[in-house]
Amino acid sequence: MRLYRYLFIALLLSLAPFAAAEQLLMARVNMTFPEAMLKLQETIKQQGYTISRVQRVDIGLTKSGYKTDKYRVVFFGKAEETEQLTKKFPVLLPYFPLKIAIFAEGNDTLITAYDPLLMFGESEPLLARAAQKWRSDLEVIFSTMREAE
Amino acid sequence: MKTLRILLIGFFVSLAFARPGFTETSLQQRGAMLYAQHCASCHGDTGKGGTGVPLSNTSFQQQVSDRFLFNTIKYGRPGRVMPAFSQLDKQDIQAIVKHVRTFSSARPPKLSMAKITGDISNGKELFHKHCASCHGTDGKGGKGTGVTFSRPRDLPIIAPALNNIGFLKSASDQMIKDTLMQGRDNTPMVSFLKQGLSEKDINDLVAYVRNFERYQQNYDHEKYKNEPLMIESESPYDLQTTIDNIKRAAVGKNFRLIRVQNLNAGLVEESKENTSQVIIYFCNFQMLNEALAIDPRVGMFLPCRITVVEQAGVVKVMAINPKRLSYLFNNDELNRLCGGMHDTYLEIIEEANL
Ligand code: HEC
Ligand code: HEC
Repeated sequence: MRLYRYLFIALLLSLAPFAAAEQLLMARVNMTFPEAMLKLQETIKQQGYTISRVQRVDIGLTKSGYKTDKYRVVFFGKAEETEQLTKKFPVLLPYFPLKIAIFAEGNDTLITAYDPLLMFGESEPLLARAAQKWRSDLEVIFSTMREAE
Repeated sequence: MKTLRILLIGFFVSLAFARPGFTETSLQQRGAMLYAQHCASCHGDTGKGGTGVPLSNTSFQQQVSDRFLFNTIKYGRPGRVMPAFSQLDKQDIQAIVKHVRTFSSARPPKLSMAKITGDISNGKELFHKHCASCHGTDGKGGKGTGVTFSRPRDLPIIAPALNNIGFLKSASDQMIKDTLMQGRDNTPMVSFLKQGLSEKDINDLVAYVRNFERYQQNYDHEKYKNEPLMIESESPYDLQTTIDNIKRAAVGKNFRLIRVQNLNAGLVEESKENTSQVIIYFCNFQMLNEALAIDPRVGMFLPCRITVVEQAGVVKVMAINPKRLSYLFNNDELNRLCGGMHDTYLEIIEEANL
């Protein structure tokens, strides 16, 4: 099972350079919302990130009288990288920490994130390299979630 | 070492797939894999719909040709959420089409490619009477992204845009006619033959829909492609005063303050937080609700946020540029909302700087 997952991820990674047209990364997760939420946080941590906060978007909506399904935004980053790169590249300031939105759709859960490579990939080499790394980490996270059951 | 091995294996596996003339089963597997990667998030694992319209619908499968599916994948629906998969090669798209066909046992039609002629002005009249309520005036489609049941919707399935170049490039006249004659079972799209229109009326409608081709404007969603990534301004005040001003200005614009935090809070111990990078979160729940109804994915950029930083004695106020981000969603409806949000951010920042 584990090997299969690695193979799958490796395959996706090797295809990655060709799959550039979608502006947003998305995955459908065959898990209920609470399961997917746990799995997502675990997967993000496995890629070496710290979860800095989970924002509950749905609570405010429900309290204000709107109907909504479960909805969260998970913020994550690496302390040192955040400190250094935001100083050098102010464009990151309004965007950081990184984030993934997660919301329920029936018995499934959807996750989505913007592609950092598309946003910051055409800048100075240092930032472009960092963006490339975020993108490939996100790809691993998304394909792990897609495969999870 | 381990990653290297994994990468190597992955490389060989992908080489095997990339060979021309691969076997039927590997084509099927590839179709399934590509669908899971690129389509399932919106249309559902088995094509039942979600953020996108259902692809497993029996009448849909009976009415559309493989060419329609192929072109729809290739060109997408500009401005209507459905992306263009122009990066996929012909074989990959064919593999996906094959996979989409496994969602239903319905037989694909043999459609004539002949042009259907009709009276466009009568078609126009009929369209406004019978179709515009769902498909929008001028066929620009219903609001929203598809069928997501998890949020309240006016219709279970959103009516597609008919004036869309991606649709017009994919659909033959015959396909449009069959859809109108037969309707789509289990969707709001009913048979207009059964609704009392004649076959001639339906031909007139087909001619009117085809005529949309002549009015292709520049798409809205391309308009923000070259917007800067952020809104930025220098504050004449010190850090704390600027933060207070932003808070007051946001509340003055009917936002509720959610939270003020240091940017790296949660990443480091509290005592080590960088107090010269501060985020102010605020929200207007009516706006949030509206945004999520247009596209549930925009929540990723919400609640609203302004970041205030002090570097080398200069205080700067920054926000994401909603216009630039709108471009990511390929959704014309969202452009209007994001245009408004862009202006609101500017107003808050200007007022705080007064
Ligand atoms: C009650 C709402 C409603 C009305 C009225 C309506 N439609 Fe539809 N129409 C839909 C929906 C929803 C779909 C998508 C069905 C699906 O998921 O397959 C659709 C699909 C279609 C399609 C196929 C589009 C595609 O991309 O596959 C065509 C063509 C179409 N409608 C034309 C018309 C015309 C012309 C009229 C007026 C005579 C009309 N419709 C009236 C809701 C409506
Ligand atoms: C980001 C969400 C999203 C993704 C990803 C996506 N679609 Fe779509 N798709 C949509 C939406 C929304 C529509 C309806 C467009 C409209 O309303 O005009 C649509 C329409 C379609 C249609 C036309 C249906 C009809 O009734 O005419 C087909 C076929 C289709 N998509 C296939 C695919 C395939 C295959 C993939 C993967 C290669 C894919 N889509 C990926 C959202 C998506």
